[in-house]
Amino acid sequence: MTRSPAAKRYNRRVIRLSLLYALFLVIAVSGFNRGLLHGLVAYFAAVLPALPIIGVFGAIGLYLVEEQDEYVRMLMVRQSLWASGFALSIATVWGFLESFDLVNHVDAYYIAVLWFGGLGFGACVNKLTIGSAAGQG
Amino acid sequence: MDNRLRILRAERSWSQQDLAERLEVSRQSVNAIETGKYDPSLPLAFRIAELFGLAIEEIFVSPSRPTSRAV
Repeated sequence: MTRSPAAKRYNRRVIRLSLLYALFLVIAVSGFNRGLLHGLVAYFAAVLPALPIIGVFGAIGLYLVEEQDEYVRMLMVRQSLWASGFALSIATVWGFLESFDLVNHVDAYYIAVLWFGGLGFGACVNKLTIGSAAGQG
Repeated sequence: MDNRLRILRAERSWSQQDLAERLEVSRQSVNAIETGKYDPSLPLAFRIAELFGLAIEEIFVSPSRPTSRAV
């Protein structure tokens, strides 16, 4: 399997952002557990782990801009659209279930988790409908 | 879109990877175009035509004129 230079850059960015996410999460959790964070600092620390995740969305956008292979780019766009539909659909259904007290509350950041899972779902759809998925050489 | 890419490639004894490297695209792109699963953009269609020294319509069959197969 050969990866394009844009795909390699994307992988490197996502690895760096994942490490940053782990670091920021540890800082925020330990800070709140020890009762060290108050006022504006608490808000900043709570948002800190979200920033690398937003960065991953940006990395996907950069990948779509930098990828020179139009077919592979099209596969990734399709994957992202499936991921968006997947995550938003589940979030919408869950929201109504939750509003009628039929299911427990789930923190909103799980929508991002669903979206990343949806990328895998989109790759499967690409494989089933077109016969290939982004990243295959 | 129907096309003669596989035939033209075979005439030159090129693998899909060989053609992909000449076009600076992935092997899976070549495969998707050859099998009609993906229609290339106009710039890529021109690159393909120029590589084989042919006109675009000599490689790709017009979807609006499906009976006039590429010659």
